[in-house]
Amino acid sequence: MKFLQRFFASGTLFIWLAGGALACSLLLIGGLLTLIFINGMGYFWPKDLVQLTLKDDTRVLGEIVDTQRIPETVTADFPDGQSRIQLKVGNRDVYGLDFQWVDEADIAQRTWPQDVIAFERREWGNFYGWVTEVWDGETRLAQGRDIGWDVWYPFLEQTEALHQNIHHIERDVIGAINADMERARLNLKVLESKGEISQDSADILQREIQQREAAYQEQIERLVGLYERLNRYRVTLVDVTGEEKTFPVGGLVKAWRPNAMSVWDKTLMYVENFWNVLTDEPREANTEGGIFPAIFGTVMMVLVMSVVVVPFGVLAAVYLKEYAKQGLLTRMIRIAVNNLAGVPSIVFGVFGLGFFVYAVGGTIDQLLFSASLPNPTFGTGGMLWASLTLALMTVPVVIVATEEGLSAVPREYREGSLGLGATKFESLIRVVLPCAMPGILTGLILAVSRATGEVAPLMLTGVVKLAPALPVDNQFPFLHLDRKFMHLGFHIYDVGFQSPNVEAAKPMVYVTTLVLVLVVLLLNMTAIALRTRMRKRYAGASV
Amino acid sequence: MEMEQNFLEQSIPLVKTSGAKPLRLVVETRQTDPMKKTFVESEMAQHSSTDGPAKIVIQDMNFYYGNVQALKCVNMTVPANKVTAFIGPSGCGKSTLLRCLNRLNDLVDGARVEGTILLDEENIYRPEVDATDLRTRVGMVFQKINPFPKTVWQNVAYGPQLQKIRKRAILDEIVETSLQGAGLWDEVKDRLHASALGLSGGQQQRLCIARALAVNPEVLLMDEPCSALDPISTGRIEELLHTLKERLTVVIVTHNMQQAARVSDLTGFFLLGELIEFDDTKKIFTNPGDSRTEDYVTGRFG
Repeated sequence: MKFLQRFFASGTLFIWLAGGALACSLLLIGGLLTLIFINGMGYFWPKDLVQLTLKDDTRVLGEIVDTQRIPETVTADFPDGQSRIQLKVGNRDVYGLDFQWVDEADIAQRTWPQDVIAFERREWGNFYGWVTEVWDGETRLAQGRDIGWDVWYPFLEQTEALHQNIHHIERDVIGAINADMERARLNLKVLESKGEISQDSADILQREIQQREAAYQEQIERLVGLYERLNRYRVTLVDVTGEEKTFPVGGLVKAWRPNAMSVWDKTLMYVENFWNVLTDEPREANTEGGIFPAIFGTVMMVLVMSVVVVPFGVLAAVYLKEYAKQGLLTRMIRIAVNNLAGVPSIVFGVFGLGFFVYAVGGTIDQLLFSASLPNPTFGTGGMLWASLTLALMTVPVVIVATEEGLSAVPREYREGSLGLGATKFESLIRVVLPCAMPGILTGLILAVSRATGEVAPLMLTGVVKLAPALPVDNQFPFLHLDRKFMHLGFHIYDVGFQSPNVEAAKPMVYVTTLVLVLVVLLLNMTAIALRTRMRKRYAGASV
Repeated sequence: MEMEQNFLEQSIPLVKTSGAKPLRLVVETRQTDPMKKTFVESEMAQHSSTDGPAKIVIQDMNFYYGNVQALKCVNMTVPANKVTAFIGPSGCGKSTLLRCLNRLNDLVDGARVEGTILLDEENIYRPEVDATDLRTRVGMVFQKINPFPKTVWQNVAYGPQLQKIRKRAILDEIVETSLQGAGLWDEVKDRLHASALGLSGGQQQRLCIARALAVNPEVLLMDEPCSALDPISTGRIEELLHTLKERLTVVIVTHNMQQAARVSDLTGFFLLGELIEFDDTKKIFTNPGDSRTEDYVTGRFG
């Protein structure tokens, strides 16, 4: 009895409880990150292609994705039950499905053919098979299963440059022409509606529009030529069942022979794949290609939000802490601010839609962009409104953190500054605020963390599943805050739950999640590094 | 205490103190030290002349923190180019009075002042007096050593820059003379652009003095400037005061009675918000007029 009493009094149990709680949290977080990491990073590894010959003599070729125990198959012969394999067989245009389950019991033979080629295509997903014919227009250049790599692969390498050229013309050149033409049209419309148009200026504008149209036609012709070159060479591919398909080489992204590749080759390709996902644009309803626009949109939205939220929050906190007379009112404001931080984000989304998009944006459109109405410019969701909505959502965090930072500045600094003849404002700017910087940055870190992962309010205020253009480009005014944008968080939701081909999209979900976590980490690390530098500079203030 | 005295002996041969009745010993020491005799004598000659030109005149001063009265009808005249010490137990109002002299108490919520404080015969509490201008004339050094988390140079140039002095050459010159004035130049001239927080405590406090000197004040208020310093650093600052008073008026609050005896020409003794006695330092420590003063300076009190 005495022993037990002493045991409880000693706190040993409590220490174990506390330590256990911490260990559990760490395990959960570690497990989560490991899961995302393994699934996300595994996506880039070029897997071997296995050819299965089944007992009924059908043949299947593909990547092994998963192995599962078949439920209720435990018999005397199979005490462990039977299992089945999930293969990614690709060739969606031929089979209709990318994935196929095969019972292990049905498999007669497994082989790993060295010469099998995996193709990544711009449409219809991967193709696994062999090249049997190579065409230049209607002329056949080569035929047979033993066609060498060097007969057709150079054509594939050329297409990349062609694609980039086409992309450049479609987006940048034609985009610029369209923008100019639109501006001229709007000018014309504005002048006409005001009724103060002279024949001369109308003619000038009309001529300008016609010039643009001519330039546009010219570019279209250039594009037609480029597309012809892209489709000039074709390959006929054959799959494991003997089915043949002919594609233009321009429809292929890359080709590789996984079974013949060394570990080093695969590692190189792994890095390349990873890089491509980070820098490419999405294809195939976002399930393939890269996620660059989403990364760009996320980072830019967070930056725009930070630019708004920090000055706004700091000013509010400075007034509340330094200038406002402390009393019932300031206490109530503080409580309100703290509660605002706990309001569900979708509420902010609805507010952003109602206030920013419809009220503010609608007014801006009527005042400044009335010529292009009824097409909204700012009166629809976009980068600016999404950022402002998130800024509103995170401003309480910045206010609270800044107030704490201001409280932490020693009174002696303020008095020392005032004692030298500084006004309160000068002291604030030159001594107090710099010393409160670490606190302000803490607020920014918390705000960025919360904003980066937020999806719900964005869906209402400007995120789309596929944005035609980035919010920054080479057309005046270069920064297009009215544009809709893509976001990693929404990308996860869209690819994972809105995709027609969920199974094929699964790796992309993990990759996007991983990248989102990395982006949050990167943004936070930057802010934390900045804060550490500040702290070092202002450390050791008390002797 | 033992160690402190050893340090003191090394650093300031001028002053030797011990235990209960410090001042008599001080006086004896001074008299037995032929090297310093002329200096001491001239100093003593100054002591007797309390009626030099008045720098600050405090008249019927009452001060309230909300409902609490911190100063009760204080009247005193601080002469120019002297060191005036305020002594007294904690909470007696001496720091409050000091902070009234540059209106730093204005910023305290609920603070209220009655009476007048004349600086060069001008009431600093008149509404049209700008407190920030006043503070450039009345500088302050604080108990808590508070160099800004900036470089040494930036610390000293802070005040002049506030007065819109922008020329680098002028600022450099002010920084140098101020640091020399605070006896710090030789120690920091090679690290002017290093963080001030890397200096030792004593150096930091002298930097704060230099910072205050840089705006060229007429009065320097010191609120227990040595309470966080070791005896050597304390000694250096005390030495500094002797030179500083040639160019400005110093008012120093101290808990250390030996320090008051060593550095000041006049001493005011405060108790519970009242100025009990204000007279020549020599008189306060040797022959005080009030028994409470005697109890305090001899250590029988509090």
